Amino acid sequence: MKRGDLSNLAWGAALLVLAALLPLTGDGYLISLGVTIAMYTVLATSWALFSGPTHYISLATAAFFGVGTYVTGAGIDHLPYWTLLPIAAVVGGVLAALVGLATLRLSGVYFVIFTLGLAEMTRQVVTWYQNKTGHKGTYVLTDLTDNDIYWQLVALAGLVFLIGWAVGRSRLGFALRIIGDDEDVARHVGINTALSKVALFIVSGAVAAVVGAIIAPRYVYIEPSTAFTPMLSFQVVIMALLGGTGRLWGPLVGVIPFTLLWEAISSSFPNQTTLLLGLSFLAIVYLLPGGFVGLWDRVKHRSARRRALA
Amino acid sequence: MTAVVKLSGATKQFGGLVAVDNVSFEVQEHQVLGLIGPNGSGKSTTLNLISGALPVTDGDIALRGREITGLPAREIARKGVARTFQLVRLLPSMNVVENVMAGAVFGHRRRWGASAERHAKHVLETVGIADKARSHVSQLTYIDTKRVELARALAGEPEVLLLDEWLAGLNPTELTEGIDLIHRLRDEGRTIILVEHVMDAIRSLCDACVVMSSGKKIAEGSTEAVLSDPEVIRAYLGDDDA
Repeated sequence: MKRGDLSNLAWGAALLVLAALLPLTGDGYLISLGVTIAMYTVLATSWALFSGPTHYISLATAAFFGVGTYVTGAGIDHLPYWTLLPIAAVVGGVLAALVGLATLRLSGVYFVIFTLGLAEMTRQVVTWYQNKTGHKGTYVLTDLTDNDIYWQLVALAGLVFLIGWAVGRSRLGFALRIIGDDEDVARHVGINTALSKVALFIVSGAVAAVVGAIIAPRYVYIEPSTAFTPMLSFQVVIMALLGGTGRLWGPLVGVIPFTLLWEAISSSFPNQTTLLLGLSFLAIVYLLPGGFVGLWDRVKHRSARRRALA
Repeated sequence: MTAVVKLSGATKQFGGLVAVDNVSFEVQEHQVLGLIGPNGSGKSTTLNLISGALPVTDGDIALRGREITGLPAREIARKGVARTFQLVRLLPSMNVVENVMAGAVFGHRRRWGASAERHAKHVLETVGIADKARSHVSQLTYIDTKRVELARALAGEPEVLLLDEWLAGLNPTELTEGIDLIHRLRDEGRTIILVEHVMDAIRSLCDACVVMSSGKKIAEGSTEAVLSDPEVIRAYLGDDDA
C-alpha cells in the first residue's frame, strides 16, 4: 500500500466519522435531510461503480431498491430486523445476476430500456400479487428512529466506498475501464467481459436492495408505487452524472447540491421537481459532460498548464 | 513438430456469401507468414476466424495442436493469440502505458501491478516509443498509435501475433520504420501472421505466403515462388497481364 492510499483512507474514515456525528445536533429536519443525502449517496455511488467505467446506463435502481423494501416489509413480522439486510443483499444480488446475464450482451440504448422495463415489470408483479391476496400495501412497524436509519446508511456508504476503492485498484476495475473504452479490444486482450460486468452489476444491485431494506421502516407503509417509483432511478442517474463518475467521490458532490435544491423546490413549488430533473439533465449534457469532477479536473489542468508556461 | 497455428478446411459463410472457402495452412514456430491476395479475398476474415472475432462455419483451427475452434475471443487470447486491428483501436480514456498494460494484465502471460507496468514499459522500448509512455493516446501521430497497438498485442507475450494490415496508411518514411520494426520482431524469433498489401514488406518480411482469391487459397509456398506464380499474378492483375 502506498502512502497516498493510506492518507486517502484516513481522510475517508475521518469524514465518515464526522458525518456520523450529525444526529448529535438533535435537529429533526437536518437529520431527515441527512437520511435522504446518505441514501442517495449510497445509491449513486454504487450505481457509478458499475455504470461509471462501463458507460452502461442502468435504470434498474428502483427495481432493486423496491425489492429491498419488500424484503423488510414481508419479513419484519417474522424475522429479526438485522437478518433482513443480508437477505435483501442476496435477493438484490441474485436479481442483478439474472438481469445481467440476460441483458449485458445488449448494448447502449437497448440495455437502458430493458432496465427501465425491468423496474416497471417488478412493480407490476408485486402489485398483481398484492391484489390477488387482497392487500394494497404493507405496514412496516419498527422502533427504529431516523437516527438509526441514518447511521446504518452512513455505515453502508463507508462499505461502498471501501468496495469502490478496492475495485478501482483491482484487475476487475481495470477490466471494466477497458470494457468501457472498447469492448472488442477487451475481448481480444483476454477479458471475460460478461463476467466482469455482471460481477459489478451484482454489487450495485445488492447495495440498492439493502438501501431499500434500511429505508422501509421510514416509509411505515409501503406500496408498489412508492417502492418502485421510476423517479428514483432517474434521480440516481442524474445525481451521479452531475457529480461525475470519473472519481469514487464524484457522485457525492452531485448528491448534496441536488438533494438540497430538490428539498427547497419541493417545499415551495412541489409541482416543479420534474423541471429540476430536466434542467439538471440539460446542464449535464451541455455544460458539465464530466460532471463536477470533470470541471474540477479541467480547471486543475488549465492552472497547471498556466503555471508551466509562466 | 506441431505447427503453432493450423487451419484445416476453415470456412466462413455470411448468408449466401462464402468469405473463406475451405482454407487450410500452417504456421511454424519462428515463421513469418504473409496472408495476401486482392481486396475482398477473405484475408481479414481468415484472421478474424483465428482470433475468434468471428466463429467458423466449418473446419478446424488449432493452436499448438490443441483445438481452439469455437472458443470465444477472450480464451483464444489467453491461449496465446494476439492481434492488431485493421483500423487502429486504442483505449481512448487511457494513456500509452495503460493501453499496453491492458495486454500485459489480461493476455497470454499475465502480470499485475508494478510488474505489469515494468513489462509494458519494456515493450514500449521494443517498439520505440518509451519516451511517450505518459502521453495521452490522442496526442500521438498515426504511426505511434500503430506502435501502441502493436505493443499491447506483444505485452501478453503471445505464441502468435496477427497483424491486420499493420503497415497500411503509413507515409514512405513511416513505412521504412514500420518494416524495420516488424523485421526486429522477426529477428527475435516471433511467430507472425500478417495480412498485407505492401509488396516491399511482403518480400522482405515473409518466409512464406498464402495467397487467397475470392475466399479460396490459390497458392502457398516460399514468398519468392508464390509471387512469381502465374496464377497469383492473374489474381492480382487480371488475365491480360499474366
